Amino acid sequence: MLERYLRPMWAFVFRDWHLTRRYMSWVAVFVFYAIVNSATIALIGKAQDDFRLTLTLLLGVLLWSFLSAMYNEIANSISYERWEGTLEYTFMAPVSRLIHLSGVSLFAIIFSVFRTIVILVGLVLFIQVSVNGANLLGVLVVLLVASLAFMGLGLMAAILPVMSPENGAQATNIFQGILLLVSGIYYPVSVLPSWVQPLAYLSPATYALEACRKLMGINHPDSTPDKLVGAPLSTVLPELGVLLLMGVVLIPLGLWVFHTAEMWAKRTGKLKRTG
Amino acid sequence: MLTLNTTQTQLAIEVSNLKKVFRKRDGLRGPIKEEWALKGVSFYVQEGETYGLLGPNGSGKSTLIRILSTLLTADGGTVRMLGYQLPEDETRLRRKMGRVSVDAAFYKKLSPRENLLYAAQLYGLEPRQAEKRAMQILEQLGLESRRFSDPIEEMSRGMQQKISIARALLINPPLLLLDEPTTGLDPKSRRDVQAFLEDLRAREGTTILLTTHDMAEAERLAHRIGFLAHGRLVAEGTAEELKRRAGTPDLEEAFIALTGEELDEEADSL
Repeated sequence: MLERYLRPMWAFVFRDWHLTRRYMSWVAVFVFYAIVNSATIALIGKAQDDFRLTLTLLLGVLLWSFLSAMYNEIANSISYERWEGTLEYTFMAPVSRLIHLSGVSLFAIIFSVFRTIVILVGLVLFIQVSVNGANLLGVLVVLLVASLAFMGLGLMAAILPVMSPENGAQATNIFQGILLLVSGIYYPVSVLPSWVQPLAYLSPATYALEACRKLMGINHPDSTPDKLVGAPLSTVLPELGVLLLMGVVLIPLGLWVFHTAEMWAKRTGKLKRTG
Repeated sequence: MLTLNTTQTQLAIEVSNLKKVFRKRDGLRGPIKEEWALKGVSFYVQEGETYGLLGPNGSGKSTLIRILSTLLTADGGTVRMLGYQLPEDETRLRRKMGRVSVDAAFYKKLSPRENLLYAAQLYGLEPRQAEKRAMQILEQLGLESRRFSDPIEEMSRGMQQKISIARALLINPPLLLLDEPTTGLDPKSRRDVQAFLEDLRAREGTTILLTTHDMAEAERLAHRIGFLAHGRLVAEGTAEELKRRAGTPDLEEAFIALTGEELDEEADSL
């Protein structure tokens, strides 16, 4: 168990932690930029003197920051290996793709949680917004459950750099952009063109946002700028159920898609180093 | 002349009628072009033997090594290594072979220690024991221990290739696939690597499949040599046998006489 599964899975966490450590100045710059970017969005609500709008925007930037960071870590893990030239060595190791991608995803979740907490603290201090009364623990639970579905999406996006060394990494950004557009991160889904709206229900971010807004008490009639009335976790069980179902479907689907792409790459010689 | 202990009769590698074709569409709607990298290659390597594959660019050496490394699937023929069949037994086989390629592929920002510990854990090894073994190998290869924590990007190509060899040997594999391991190295690093491989073979009885452009290296390290040209194995034997067959005094002339090709120093692209 330890030798076959846990140690190989931990190897990816070990690798990604040391790579992050070596690029710590980059991480600091990106987190600083994320805080500033998030603040500029949340301040739109402040300017309107509307604490509900401020919190809606704040939640949107935080949730998107978390999910997109995790998605990026997973989706770009292959393009990064291709760039370094290590992809063949990783694929030659006696490690199943489930263990490989679980290790990559585990680090992605840990990294994204810490990054989001740092951004949250930075934002709360900067824009002086109160989250007193919000069910933050419940929000964390929703984020972790939503991570499963985003892992599945990340696994599917990760095949793009396997299939196209030149364009694959860029194509993952298109996929991410579509999710951002249809999920109603900063606006209600109802403002989207009617033909786009059904797509919102296919995105896990839509359900995660819906649940988090309730847990934060953003739209609760008794919430005030100083004291929010966050809902208990039990009220968002339907959303959690959908997110869990999406994870249960998308992770095996992502692994199957990845396996199919790997077999294709081994037939056509696409694993070879580029860059 | 290198001789192999003939009491070892088990075959470590059996390759039979191996074929690989790459297909590429000519433009968006053009016809699909076929390029045959291997056109039915057959050879065997005994346990403990070092087999050298010599061939010019595009001869199919790297394609062959990639198929044996489980990174490419063949379009025909059979491969059996250490008693395992490819591709059916690839996961079990991966635990028993190491590979060194012409480009020392690493996470360049990480140190040798971090890269090797990552590789060790990937193979399920206990990190402390793996670190001890890695350091021993690196010291045997002449790498100074004070450099173990420096980023690999700050190291010379020779040093990087030595770390690549240490990575391949972490699991103490009975089979080693070496794809031009000394190409681009300075003379001292080249001698260090060659001496280490001789020592490894003597100590551990490791079976080695080696591709190289260096005739002297092939003569020094390989018990038998195969000449590969245009995806076919055109001649095979000991260095002495090949020279005798071609009626030439050195191996390079024998290669030219038997294949009609010249070797060059560039890395193989197929």
